[in-house]
Amino acid sequence: MSATGSRTTRVLGVAVLIGAALLVYLAFVATDPDVRIDATSGEEIGQFDAVRLIYVHVPAAIIAYLAFFVTAVGSAVVLKNRSVWWDLVAGASAEIGSLAAALALITGSIWGRPIWNTWWEWGDVRLLTTLVLFMLSLGYLAVRRLEGTAEMRAKRSAVVGLLLIVNVIIVNRSVEWWENQTLHQQSTIADATIEDLTLFTLFFSMFLGLAAYVWMLIHRFRLAWLERQDERFGLDEAIERRRAEAEGVST
Amino acid sequence: MLVAQKDLRIELRSKVALNQVVPFALLVLVLFGFALDADRASLTNFTPGLYWVAILLASVLAVHRSVGLEAGEGAREGLLLSGMRPESVYLGKTLALIAQILVVALMMLGGVVILYEAPVDDGLLLVAALFGAVLGVGAAGTLYGALLGGQRARETVLPILLLPVLSPVLIAATRAFGDAMGTVATDGWQWTGLLFGFGAIYLALGVVSHGVLMEEN
Amino acid sequence: MTHVGYLIAGWGVVFVGCGGYAWSVLRRARRVAARVPDERARWMTSRDAERIGES
Repeated sequence: MSATGSRTTRVLGVAVLIGAALLVYLAFVATDPDVRIDATSGEEIGQFDAVRLIYVHVPAAIIAYLAFFVTAVGSAVVLKNRSVWWDLVAGASAEIGSLAAALALITGSIWGRPIWNTWWEWGDVRLLTTLVLFMLSLGYLAVRRLEGTAEMRAKRSAVVGLLLIVNVIIVNRSVEWWENQTLHQQSTIADATIEDLTLFTLFFSMFLGLAAYVWMLIHRFRLAWLERQDERFGLDEAIERRRAEAEGVST
Repeated sequence: MLVAQKDLRIELRSKVALNQVVPFALLVLVLFGFALDADRASLTNFTPGLYWVAILLASVLAVHRSVGLEAGEGAREGLLLSGMRPESVYLGKTLALIAQILVVALMMLGGVVILYEAPVDDGLLLVAALFGAVLGVGAAGTLYGALLGGQRARETVLPILLLPVLSPVLIAATRAFGDAMGTVATDGWQWTGLLFGFGAIYLALGVVSHGVLMEEN
Repeated sequence: MTHVGYLIAGWGVVFVGCGGYAWSVLRRARRVAARVPDERARWMTSRDAERIGES
């Protein structure tokens, strides 16, 4: 049994793995590529098989924002009642969030190359917002690693964690104002052309992303907890052990 | 006010901003000139962007200096013992930082006009945007500076923390300057409004959070 | 199937990224857990009891 596992996490972990296999099946076998016939020219248009990338891109993006929302909530609670528990949750969630943000950026870029014909599009609001979110998250994680007492660290991180969300909102607003345009797919879900099974697969992928996030969050949180316990008691206990050993030798 | 006076008096005596930050900022401008192959047309065209990138980099130095004043020899404790409210400490330090960055920015403005032949179409807009942007930089800079306090890792962490936060300032200030210099067709006053809005938000955030940060750091 | 290279790259990076992260967390956890006695490794029980700065 792994150190941070429990029955719940094992069940969840297995479910995520099965879900991932199912998602691969749904995304690559069950659903059709995005091919439509242009009404005037009669040519085939659409994203073809590149559309299958949305089943990883969309959940990654959603999880990234969800994770930082959790970080902000945790930070607020820490500032309010100095909860150790929430401090660790906020840190764990931010780490997963920056992973998810990175994955969303990478998969988006890979998708954008064939569809928008560019790896990177400066004119897109969501793209730039997510990029800034990612950079801010690196700053937050750097602050968490700074030296100092646990108390200072928690307080500092909480302030940065709360400001992070404020910053993301400000950046989003100003970039939108800057470009006032977007290449991004405007909620394709409302689009009537999207098929039932495609829609189901998309929702399934988001749900799977959420489950994977919860699994990672629990494990990362427990790891942080163990590290904290180790930091607090590790030294004392090591000294005690050494003393006991020394006594054992002398008697 | 007292804190601002103290910081500014230290600056007047040591002239760090004047002797180190201003030359650094000018140096960045010269480096841009080398990097862009001294192509006058593109230098003139990109002046707003180059100017503000140089200002942001110089501001990071200024923030370091501002925080560094309190880092050594129990200066922070002294400040706390003086019985001043954390909000007024924050506002004072912000004011001093703003004054210093303003000096840097104004000298840099002379620099771009001479080095890049930047045209100034609308001086009033230019100055207004300058004030708005420096307000935001000063407010956010002081807040994040206080956050990191006397940390040894401050030199490396402050830029990655502060620069993304200031990206809206970069966007808005560049646009406003573009309008004032006639290189971009946009409404610079709206962008100036955004700059002041950003500054106001950060002043408020700083006032609110500085108490939390001061009390135990 | 079109865009095969892009698909492999995109899905691959997500699976490798998540898998790699999960693996590294588990590995680090095992290492730290070896040093922390079981009675201190109960994370849920002290959820509300503890406050930062108390010990």
